[in-house]
Amino acid sequence: MKVLVAVKRVVDYNVKVRVKADNSGVDLANVKMSMNPFCEIAVEEAVRLKEKGVATEIVVVSIGPSTAQEQLRTALALGADRAILVESAEDLTSLAVAKLLKAVVDKEQPQLVILGKQAIDSDNNQTGQMLAALSGYGQGTFASKVDISGDSVAVTREVDGGAQTVSLKLPAIVTTDLRLNEPRYASLPNIMKAKKKPLEVLTPDALGVSTASTNKTVKVEAPAARSAGIKVKSVAELVEKLKNEAKVI
Amino acid sequence: MTILVIAEHDNKVLAPATLNTVAAAVKIGGDIHVLVAGQGAGAVAEAAAKIAGVAKVLVADNAAYTHQLPENVAPLVAELGKGYSHILAAATSNGKNILPRVAAQLDVDQISEIISVESADTFKRPIYAGNAIATVQSNAAVKVITVRATGFDPVAAEGGSAAVEAVAAAHDAGTSSFVGEELAKSDRPELTAAKIVVSGGRGMQNGDNFKHLYALADKLGAAVGASRAAVDAGFVPNDMQVGQTGKIVAPQLYIAVGISGAIQHLAGMKDSKVIVAINKDEEAPIFQVADYGLVADLFEAIPEFEKLV
Repeated sequence: MKVLVAVKRVVDYNVKVRVKADNSGVDLANVKMSMNPFCEIAVEEAVRLKEKGVATEIVVVSIGPSTAQEQLRTALALGADRAILVESAEDLTSLAVAKLLKAVVDKEQPQLVILGKQAIDSDNNQTGQMLAALSGYGQGTFASKVDISGDSVAVTREVDGGAQTVSLKLPAIVTTDLRLNEPRYASLPNIMKAKKKPLEVLTPDALGVSTASTNKTVKVEAPAARSAGIKVKSVAELVEKLKNEAKVI
Repeated sequence: MTILVIAEHDNKVLAPATLNTVAAAVKIGGDIHVLVAGQGAGAVAEAAAKIAGVAKVLVADNAAYTHQLPENVAPLVAELGKGYSHILAAATSNGKNILPRVAAQLDVDQISEIISVESADTFKRPIYAGNAIATVQSNAAVKVITVRATGFDPVAAEGGSAAVEAVAAAHDAGTSSFVGEELAKSDRPELTAAKIVVSGGRGMQNGDNFKHLYALADKLGAAVGASRAAVDAGFVPNDMQVGQTGKIVAPQLYIAVGISGAIQHLAGMKDSKVIVAINKDEEAPIFQVADYGLVADLFEAIPEFEKLV
């Protein structure tokens, strides 16, 4: 079966972002960019499905600027077979991205779509669920285990109280949580091979999708800073302060 | 303006996060209706009707809603929600699962995890793991919003007397089914609702050593959490994780034990009223946000702490 994996180019998770002085956003000039960590887990899961003989083809798709080709090449080096970039220089909302992915789903007809549960830039946690709604498919969000058998997939989900397992009819949408797997690193020979794998570039217009949004970001500010307090010398002093100064115990 | 709040519940008990979500609805202003979608959730509907400020409770009782499967609940919420100015749900794993599906069905952008209401159409929400705060304005006919509980003080659970009304709409998409669940059982308070949280990190060294934290927590009436490092190392289960990708907590007192203070952990607890850090590494970043820092070996400090309280 064919598996579609969506990946996003984001600020590397090790970078501490700074808000621009004019409050229009965060400063992305000369900042290291990477594949969103949850998307790496999505790629890894697809590759494991192919290694198990469950998946026959892995198509990786990204919606973003032309530089997102770097992240698509990374996914190809990790084991995806071909890539699609829907190129847009705009800052797209999750709904717009979901609509574009729906158009790709219609075109590619995958049996399973795997996405990260959220991107670490916008922290929206929306796209997979929205794609599932637009496609009319079942959704297994925040997955810690994915088990395909026949025409259904059992997804174990990380929920607030523990874990929940649901069974979804294929085709279905899965979004990954942190503990689904540990992504591998791309080997040098595979990085070289990935350069020759097919990468198709499309546009939202060509897919006939409007990316209009009902949301507008008015401003972006730095969070209120929390200042460091005091160091206490002993447990006894700590307990005394908590009782008499902070009055919290 | 009329606001629809989706009740968070397990068919038996109304979850406290619902009270924080109603608090956000009060800030927006207008009539507040609460939807209880489930099966045999009469006690939940009764509790919802008592929430201060709620005008009406809608009850959708159907087997298809028993396990809150988004494929079935989202069409219900989208159908009912069309007539409302706002649809709000708590940013719990359940709310996050269902609400984007509702937004897509209504063809509007969602606003995730708001921490403040600036006006009826403008909200603040953290981005980049809380390293920036975005102010977002929506011109959607129906504004679909998840609410981060720690951003809003809960409304009173008692005092209201809302009318309870049954809604007949039944949606069963037939694309998903519930298989089972493994929920952690604990006598301690729930992490996101506890007044005091004691959390352990990689410095705990192993899962067995968490017994020291449990002992302290039981003395303090506290919940026990963990950093991602401790969860990834297999010391404790993932539902104990506090952080950007785990639970967001803001208790009166947060005690971080053997936690270095990675950005993603701080994002989950930095709104706590008082933060205590106990770590033997005096350079640990956690001390930069702690009100009280103690540089000490936690295996000596925690038993002593337990004795003194």
